[in-house]
Amino acid sequence: MFVPCGESVPDLTGFTLLMPAVSVGNVGQLAIDLIISTLNMSKIGYFYTDCLVPMVGNNPYATGEENSTELSINAEVYSLPSRRLVALQLRSIFIKYKTKPFCEKLLSWVKGSNCARVIVLSSSHSYQRNDLQLRSTPFRYLLTPSMQINVQNKMKSLNWEEMEKSPCIPEINDSEFCVRIPGGGITKALYDESCSKEIQMAVLLKFVSEGDNIPDALGLVEYLNEWLQIIKPHDPTVPSLRWKMPSSWRLLFGSGLPPALF
Amino acid sequence: MAATFFGEVVKAPCRAGTEEEEEEEEEGRRETPEDREVRRQLARKREVRLLRRQTKTSLEVSLLEKYPCSKFIIAIGNNAVAFLSSFVMNSGVWEEVGFAKLWNEWCRTTDTTHLSPAEAFCIFYHLKSNPSVILCQCSCYVAEDQQYQWLEKVFGSCTRKNTQVTILTCRHVTDYKTSESTGSLPAPFLKALKTQNFKDPACCSLLEQPNIVHDLPAAVLSYCQVWKIPAILYLCYTDVMKLDLITVEAFKPILSSRSLKSLVKNIPQSTEILKKLMTTNEVQSNIYT
Repeated sequence: MFVPCGESVPDLTGFTLLMPAVSVGNVGQLAIDLIISTLNMSKIGYFYTDCLVPMVGNNPYATGEENSTELSINAEVYSLPSRRLVALQLRSIFIKYKTKPFCEKLLSWVKGSNCARVIVLSSSHSYQRNDLQLRSTPFRYLLTPSMQINVQNKMKSLNWEEMEKSPCIPEINDSEFCVRIPGGGITKALYDESCSKEIQMAVLLKFVSEGDNIPDALGLVEYLNEWLQIIKPHDPTVPSLRWKMPSSWRLLFGSGLPPALF
Repeated sequence: MAATFFGEVVKAPCRAGTEEEEEEEEEGRRETPEDREVRRQLARKREVRLLRRQTKTSLEVSLLEKYPCSKFIIAIGNNAVAFLSSFVMNSGVWEEVGFAKLWNEWCRTTDTTHLSPAEAFCIFYHLKSNPSVILCQCSCYVAEDQQYQWLEKVFGSCTRKNTQVTILTCRHVTDYKTSESTGSLPAPFLKALKTQNFKDPACCSLLEQPNIVHDLPAAVLSYCQVWKIPAILYLCYTDVMKLDLITVEAFKPILSSRSLKSLVKNIPQSTEILKKLMTTNEVQSNIYT
């Protein structure tokens, strides 16, 4: 459930909700971190749920001493009212059997708060691509029917590739075709639920492998930016300079090495 | 999938934890009534129950609804438990008000009254002279699917802004991220994390990003942050996870904190009690054990 930081529940009517799926390479989550950090979004509340593994830490977006000691938990909501943007960040994995209840609670909150649309940032295993996908851009989009009406033309003008259908059961030759997002975590479940609940949802994903996924996250936010224009594109500046990496991205691959090793 | 240098293709672990998700989806589609029944029985087996000591009956409401509390102190893990036993519980009379009964792959809590050091337990006490002070000694591991249940049974759904919560626990020093090598860290050392509503100063420096905490301490602190309860977590990073004198003594700075100051009476005596605890737990090892 959504619990506000302050006394009252902020009005999110007409806002665009950006959220990650916990997926391969954690690309969606890294992308949301970049958005929250770059836009300096303010925390407006928590999405308190028993579906995610608990975790706490100090402010991951701290810029100095004065804001470094605010406690953060595993699911928090940030907003930028001037751009009518709200972001949900998920920082831990799902507890077993809790993905479906989470999707239900989340979408019920989305409907209840009157958000205009939801954009899910996600990723899928790059090793599962077919031959055509291997040769094309690694970015894909997916729209629910109610979203298609509004933005299909925009997607066409951007020359974006829609996520292809693939055999539902890959091993069987005459299997039916459906959208599959291997490694995408709850992406498919959220998408399916939103279709049936007529929620305007777009999924933006990138084919990735596990590793240093920061470049993938930068790629995904740039992809999102082509559509939403969150920040003004500046040619020919490098994406890594346009997006502000949060201070919590330090030591992503562990502590320093003992000098004796060398 | 990943290719190794030996020419094999192996399934690489996915740190986003998505392998299980796909299995789960498929399970959902193929689940039979028998599968559902097995799952239900497993959930029942893993249920966390809060029981009264004497009658072994379940509490009808959450612990803190039944016993209004101004100070809730919880030690999670054997070193933190030993610290509270020696330095806090040795002064004043502490009466058991209940215990948590749970089972998971790592431990099963015991409900015997005479506990051996090897047994796992989660026992709640209140101070007889001031029953609004409640202490929890939790040496068992509470699994991730049980942590929220534990919170429900202890804190319930009522928010308690008048309660101040103190959590003590240990982590291995290799969990601590720093730009130096962890081998050069002066283990054991203390770090703290506090909720927004906790206004007192901490007895040590705060845990810097990118360090995080999980498991039951994180579950308790998250609950307190969300429901605006003043709470502080004292985390001792140590290189000895089993019961260790130096690790336990690393918690000593918190004896001067507002929540514990009034409860601590005789430190030299506490140190003696602690030393005794260590010797009873020591297993004489030789090359045959």
